[in-house]
Amino acid sequence: MTTIKLSFRNIKKSFKDYAIYFFTLILGVAIFYVFNSIESQTVLLDVTQSTYDIIDMMTNMLSGASVFVAFILGFLIIYASRFLMKRRNKEFGIYMLLGMGKRKISMILFFETILIGIISLAVGLGLGIALSQLMSMLVANMFEADMTRYEFIFSSSACIKTLIYFGIMYVIVMLFNAINVGKCKLIDLIQTSKKSETVKMKNPMICTIVFIVSAIALGYAYYMVTGGINETIKTAEDIFKPIIIGGISTFFIFWSLSGLILKIVMSMKNLYVKGLNTFTLRQVSSKINTTVFSMTIISLMLFVTICVLSSALSLKNSISTNLDELAPADIQLSIAVKDDDELNQGYTKKQIENSKLGVRKTLEAFNFDIDAYLKESVEYNSYRMDDFTFGDSLGDSLEYIKNNSTSMIPYNMPEEIMTISDYNKVAKFYGNEEYTLNKDEYIIIADYDSMVAIRNVALEANQELTIFGHTLKPKYSECQYGFTEMAGNHINSGIIIVPDEIVNEQYISFNSIVGNYNTDSLDKQREIQEQIRKLVNNPLASEYCLPTINSRVDISEASIGLGALVTFLGLYLGVVFLIASVAILALKELTESTDNKERYKMLRKLGADEKMINKSLFRQIAIFFMFPLIVAIIHSIFGITFCSYIISTFGNEQLLPSIIMTAIFIVIIYGGYFLITYLCSKNIIKER
Amino acid sequence: MSSILKIDKVEKYYGSKSSLTKALNNLSFEVDKGEFVAIMGASGSGKTTLLNCISTIDKVTSGHIFVGGEDITKLRGNDLNKFRREKLGFIFQDFNLLDTLTAYENISLALSIQNKSAKEIEKRVNDIANKLGIKEVLNKYPYQMSGGQKQRVASARAIITAPQIVLADEPTGALDSKSSKMLLESFEYLNEKLNTTILMVTHDSFCASYASRVIFIKDGKLFNEIVKGNSSRKDFFDKIIDVVTLLGGEENDNY
Repeated sequence: MTTIKLSFRNIKKSFKDYAIYFFTLILGVAIFYVFNSIESQTVLLDVTQSTYDIIDMMTNMLSGASVFVAFILGFLIIYASRFLMKRRNKEFGIYMLLGMGKRKISMILFFETILIGIISLAVGLGLGIALSQLMSMLVANMFEADMTRYEFIFSSSACIKTLIYFGIMYVIVMLFNAINVGKCKLIDLIQTSKKSETVKMKNPMICTIVFIVSAIALGYAYYMVTGGINETIKTAEDIFKPIIIGGISTFFIFWSLSGLILKIVMSMKNLYVKGLNTFTLRQVSSKINTTVFSMTIISLMLFVTICVLSSALSLKNSISTNLDELAPADIQLSIAVKDDDELNQGYTKKQIENSKLGVRKTLEAFNFDIDAYLKESVEYNSYRMDDFTFGDSLGDSLEYIKNNSTSMIPYNMPEEIMTISDYNKVAKFYGNEEYTLNKDEYIIIADYDSMVAIRNVALEANQELTIFGHTLKPKYSECQYGFTEMAGNHINSGIIIVPDEIVNEQYISFNSIVGNYNTDSLDKQREIQEQIRKLVNNPLASEYCLPTINSRVDISEASIGLGALVTFLGLYLGVVFLIASVAILALKELTESTDNKERYKMLRKLGADEKMINKSLFRQIAIFFMFPLIVAIIHSIFGITFCSYIISTFGNEQLLPSIIMTAIFIVIIYGGYFLITYLCSKNIIKER
Repeated sequence: MSSILKIDKVEKYYGSKSSLTKALNNLSFEVDKGEFVAIMGASGSGKTTLLNCISTIDKVTSGHIFVGGEDITKLRGNDLNKFRREKLGFIFQDFNLLDTLTAYENISLALSIQNKSAKEIEKRVNDIANKLGIKEVLNKYPYQMSGGQKQRVASARAIITAPQIVLADEPTGALDSKSSKMLLESFEYLNEKLNTTILMVTHDSFCASYASRVIFIKDGKLFNEIVKGNSSRKDFFDKIIDVVTLLGGEENDNY
């Protein structure tokens, strides 16, 4: 059939024009497949059940993100195909002049899209399957699982999903093409190639003013998210203010800079008239002039990419770093002391009785000698009284705090109380600071930022507390750093430390042991924990309360899972955003080169060397690519600062390596597109 | 007078052995310094091929072309570009001005490419603009100028580098008659007052009548040649028309 033949020939002929389009499609398909196939890659990993649960959550979130990604890629593909369609108006015009019907032209386009779709899906899936083999190494590394055996992994579900999603996109492209052809008028189709550009010089005064105003606005937006964050951003909605201000001022900065730079360089006469500088600069300025809006969008997309990538990577890093600080011991075993009220909640009388035995004695009853596995350990108690609550510890400041904070705070929670000597034992074991206390003093230990802030209000007011019938005054006017329960992040909302003499044994609410194993092998540690958990099956379990286990191994697995989740999600969205923005840039640049072929021909006739022309072309593309990137990088400096403030509960010492990682990503993808664009453009303007 | 351009037995073939087209067939002539030569011929006669060969855009199959004594068929690579930017000036039918640049920048670009200093460029551009009467459009963009103004800016660009020879390809093709006349008068001015050598390809007899000599080409071969000498332009025009009729007449005989 001739229509198919024609489509074939069209694609072959315009392959150079299509190169970027193809490249982007293939990359899009490959990335889509790789991230959707993560699930099947984790099947082979040798990990615990808790890690599996996290992986399950992760794959769910990734497939949710895939819908969003599909939208972005869909828009990109439609944009790109319409872009390429416009370039072929003359070709369609000739078809129509020769008497070909619109239906036939639509058929040609239909076959072209199918061909492009099949080729890009085949190549993209091939690439994706190859890449996913590498990805499985990353997955194993993320979950700190051993890659004991290598197996070729092919995910048929990811493959089918990719085919369906991209199939839908291509169908939409076909519809758009058909509508496009339907609307065409012959006269427009033939005349499009001939249009002379009108150059509008912007008034330099207005440019300067607009530039200064938008620079100030941008500066204010930067201030809002960094220095002035506490005054300007009070509610979650406030975060949109700097984003909107930033977006609008970015637009006006591009608008004014395109005029200003030209004016500035023009005033440097020697530079301006050197070689092809005049030409290069005029080209760039007219390009930026006509694409202010897309430049803004691209710049903002790059900004999001940089922030998402570096924050996600640093979050993962800081999660692993925090582990050393927040889970300093191998294992923590606790038994909550039950009282008679809990008889109705499924506990037997015997169990309630035995819950007062403490961890060690309980385990001894099962013939389980915990100390045989521990190299060192400390034991401590914590106390609670139903009539001494968080609200009580705030004392006179309670009303003020209630009025100024969210209503979510549990004021009726009984306060946790510890003796100074018990706390110091734990603190010493963890490597935290130890304290001394006079008979009439108390200290509050906390590390959860928002609770610390609330408690500090009362402490500053020198709030006296009556505990176990003794009146105590605060030793410090603010909370001290520390914790007793190991966790993945800072969650200690407050422990009141009191002198040893005043506590009443009757109010012990928890008995706990923290210790370090005498083995470093994680597998052995897991085994020991498993033994303790299995005590539940022992017939004696109906008479005793078993201790809860909080171990470094468990915490680290949970953190690793969270880290992996954030990393994969960040990588996925970041890379897709990056590709989308750079592909638009590349397409715009390529059409420019085609449109300007005549100009380069002219330069050659004037005697410009190939070297000069290539240099000019290189500079044009470099400036066109760098301009939005530089603006995005400046935005990102403040954006990342803000992100790290938001996630500061995780700590942010590890920002630099993740920024370097992000930079490597951007250099590879952005640089790759830049290179392809330059080479294609060079080819386009070459004289045949 | 010394010859500035010498075409020596130039041949240019297109196509394969089985279907050979001789675009230029053993063509020879010379142009002296300060001459204004028009080349005429029907479409397909080879006049554009000739111009392309002289401007080194196209290569000859055999024969030699000398410009200022230098054999340009031997030039390769960057020497070609150097030759083009230093020895040649171009004027095209559709002006070929860069529409993102002002008139001034369009003219100065030719000098910028030769890496002349900003000061010298400014002096020379103003100088030539005065002579061609385009001083007031220097800061305008091509879309703001009339066709005639554009063509004069293009002429200024062609001669600002003081080339050995200016090649004009159908320079009046896109102009109305009034603008054509103004442009041709400025060619006359360039030729007579500035002593510029001009080689103009045209199919318009009126246009050719401004030249001092007209060479007629047919099927890639020299057909005829007439010199204006001391005759008036009217007489010269009539003579050209006679040859053109002869050219066309023979052509008609073929059918």
